[in-house]
Amino acid sequence: MTSYLLRGVSVVGAEPADLLIRDGSIAAGPAEGAEVIDATGLVALPGLVDLHTHLREPGREDAETVETGSRAAALGGYTAVFAMANTSPVADTAGVVEQVWRLGREAGLVDVQPIGAVTVGLAGKQLAELGAMATSAAGVRIFSDDGHCVADPRLMRRALEYVKAFDGIIAQHAEEPRLTEGAQMHEGEVSTRLGLTGWPAVAEEAIIARDVLLAEHVGSRLHICHVSTAGSVEVLRQAKARGVRVTAEVTPHHLLLTDELAASYDPVFKVNPPLRTAADVRALREALVEGVIDIVATDHAPHAVEDKECEWAYARPGMVGLETALPVVLSVLGERWDLIAERMSRTPARIAGLTGHGTDLAVGDPANLTLVDPSARRVVDPSELASRSRNTPYAGTTLPGRIVATFLRGKPTVLDGKAVK
Amino acid sequence: MIKHLRSAADLDAATATLILDTAGEMAALAGREVKKLPTLRGRTVVNLFYEDSTRTRISFEAAAKRLSADVINFSAKGSSVSKGESLKDTALTLQAMGADAVVIRHPASGAPHRLAAWVDGSVVNAGDGTHEHPTQALLDAYTMRSRLGRLEGLKVAIVGDVLHSRVARSNVLLLTTLGAQVTLVGPPTLIPIDIAAALSPATKVSYDLDSVLPDMDVVMMLRVQTERMQDSYFPSAREYSRRYGLDLARMRKLPGHAIVMHPGPMNRGMEIAPEVADSSRSTIVEQVANGVSARMAVLYLLLGGKA
Amino acid sequence: MASPRADVPSKIILSASDLHRVVDRIAHQILEKTSGATGTVLLGIPTRGVPLARRLADRIHAFEGIDVPVGSLDITLYRDDLRLHATRALGKTELPGGGIDGRRVVLVDDVLYSGRTVRAALDALNDEGRPSSVQLAVLVDRGHRQLPIRADYVGKNIPTALSESVRVSLTETDGLDEVKLTGGDDL
Repeated sequence: MTSYLLRGVSVVGAEPADLLIRDGSIAAGPAEGAEVIDATGLVALPGLVDLHTHLREPGREDAETVETGSRAAALGGYTAVFAMANTSPVADTAGVVEQVWRLGREAGLVDVQPIGAVTVGLAGKQLAELGAMATSAAGVRIFSDDGHCVADPRLMRRALEYVKAFDGIIAQHAEEPRLTEGAQMHEGEVSTRLGLTGWPAVAEEAIIARDVLLAEHVGSRLHICHVSTAGSVEVLRQAKARGVRVTAEVTPHHLLLTDELAASYDPVFKVNPPLRTAADVRALREALVEGVIDIVATDHAPHAVEDKECEWAYARPGMVGLETALPVVLSVLGERWDLIAERMSRTPARIAGLTGHGTDLAVGDPANLTLVDPSARRVVDPSELASRSRNTPYAGTTLPGRIVATFLRGKPTVLDGKAVK
Repeated sequence: MIKHLRSAADLDAATATLILDTAGEMAALAGREVKKLPTLRGRTVVNLFYEDSTRTRISFEAAAKRLSADVINFSAKGSSVSKGESLKDTALTLQAMGADAVVIRHPASGAPHRLAAWVDGSVVNAGDGTHEHPTQALLDAYTMRSRLGRLEGLKVAIVGDVLHSRVARSNVLLLTTLGAQVTLVGPPTLIPIDIAAALSPATKVSYDLDSVLPDMDVVMMLRVQTERMQDSYFPSAREYSRRYGLDLARMRKLPGHAIVMHPGPMNRGMEIAPEVADSSRSTIVEQVANGVSARMAVLYLLLGGKA
Repeated sequence: MASPRADVPSKIILSASDLHRVVDRIAHQILEKTSGATGTVLLGIPTRGVPLARRLADRIHAFEGIDVPVGSLDITLYRDDLRLHATRALGKTELPGGGIDGRRVVLVDDVLYSGRTVRAALDALNDEGRPSSVQLAVLVDRGHRQLPIRADYVGKNIPTALSESVRVSLTETDGLDEVKLTGGDDL
């Protein structure tokens, strides 16, 4: 196995030093025989961990596969991604989660950790075999019906309780379905002007409020997917102050983009939850810095061309995000490397109970890391994305930072900004 | 000159006034024995209709034909549209056919904006979802100006299901641009959120039709679909009609000169009483005739010059 | 009509008093050629043909006490060069009461040049009705015809180069009466 010496690298923003990777781990001592990478000006971060990725396999391999999604993830600096359950068939059995897990290991570009469905077929009626998925080879710990809300309060309560047996966590897609029937975008001034059915903020906030109370009542862990409103931040702040075991994620696009973009009616800006107002963006940024929102998760949602090059109302919601997440976060937070490592690697790994990722890159830690050139600027070109889909909202946008290399257990998955395989 | 008419917001006051003036000339020509003009000879106008709307399609067709344009009607029924061809593929087909203008009616808000990105010709919005219907607003403004002599300072009430009305959105934008004062009236459930901020800060909202009427020059009644009841926008047709329908008693509260408009098709007995619809204040029939003139003006101004 | 620019030399072809004399003469000629303007209608082509038609009617009234009906005929929608220019605003078409059927129409315009405006006017007239005959009166004929058209009444023939332009000003539209020649190769 090749050893690598990252010469003059700044580990999570520290003073430049040499970092040796040997036998899959961070090592000390002589660097004889190691391949030297000039890392002057580059920053090493623990490999990023995404708790919210849609890899579309099985079922929509025309939009993404485990392999193409893994490659996109590696190019984005990720070493682990959690694959959402809304595939076809749905990942609601041990068989399907093991299939996804195995495809991830075969691709070998990032650790693909399947998320299991909470309910059979994401239908919100009956619990899926959560225990079987937990004890499968995939070792599922996070369960989510993402794309759908577990709307039935009794079912949600049972799910929260049930997964305590294997230290599981329910990741809720917070969307009160009756309040969002036919919804196309954030409900407000812009939706009124554009004549598009509104998705009111309260539909998210009401579910989060309910679920933190449920989690508190049964003493369970709850994770909130893609928080998008200032009101949700307030609900979370209060719940955390009371000691509720709730964690929350925000997507890069909700940290940067607003509902005004819908004015083009280009469905590349259609996403669920929808882009919100500038005031929401401000609140989300503050909450992320403060820690009320624990992590950044991409909600990478690849879609085939025909699902996006159409009328807004007919388009599927979602944006690809793995390859642009770190640049977006960098543009939002600035070069606060420790905070970025915390929000994009250490905390997500901790929430998921994923060992070997999100480390401090100390000697002996598995060499899961990524090298970033903070001085580089990149104009996003959809045709250059490794994802099989092109639905990025950042086409033509200049973003800071470039992923130079990514290592998974000491093996490079990305070198010189290119995927190794 | 503008290239597309996707929204009434595409029109500034000067352009909107030019369209109304041009519509006036077109209306004058409509009185002659020979109604046809050679103006758009050799130009192709496609009517791309994804919704049944015979009256709007016929109006556009008459307008284009009076200007000697070649008209191709492309409707959802009996075409590849119903077989699921995408709007983009249809757009590319129209592009290949050399359409100089595409008049599009579509159930999805924003479809004209999408279409404009895929064709070289002009796009005219003939009604998109719950978004806009700018030529309806133009013919309404033209009708108001013909009847009342001005738009500046006119007080206009738009009454009913504003939430789902493309006519209301276009009218608020256009009338405000032309200096009229618009008041939206309806049950709170049918007045969209942040409407004034969304369209024009001067827009007023009222939930009480009776208190608004004595001050109005124009009252425009919107069609209210009884299906909205199922979604709890209002309890029953009877209650709606009692609170927001324009009957004779309410009509008498209007000033003597005020006019009553309706974009059609009407639900007689629901939002408007038959005696009101047929009264001398009603402009409903004129609105149809003015529709052709207004659409001729739009087609001339979009297609009558250098592309 | 090009707007006058300070740096482009120009020369006055008709002064205000010349212009008035010329209008008087055309009015006399119309009376003469139409046997006292019976059954005659004057139709001005916007913009400057309209005040010219009105002036001719006024002069005819002054000379003979006859009221000749005056109207305007906008030809924009009949132009053959619409696609060469930005969209033009329409002028007014107002036919005098009684219409034009069976009457002698005298079209009035300021400048006769290629003849295309007159061609468009003849088409427009054809859609308005059926006059017994159509005549043409122009203040200035500058030559360079592209169609087989000639005027029945000409105020002044002005030989011009293609690079020159003739600018007619009338008090009703421009605040003064004069005809200027501007531009040209030798200038």
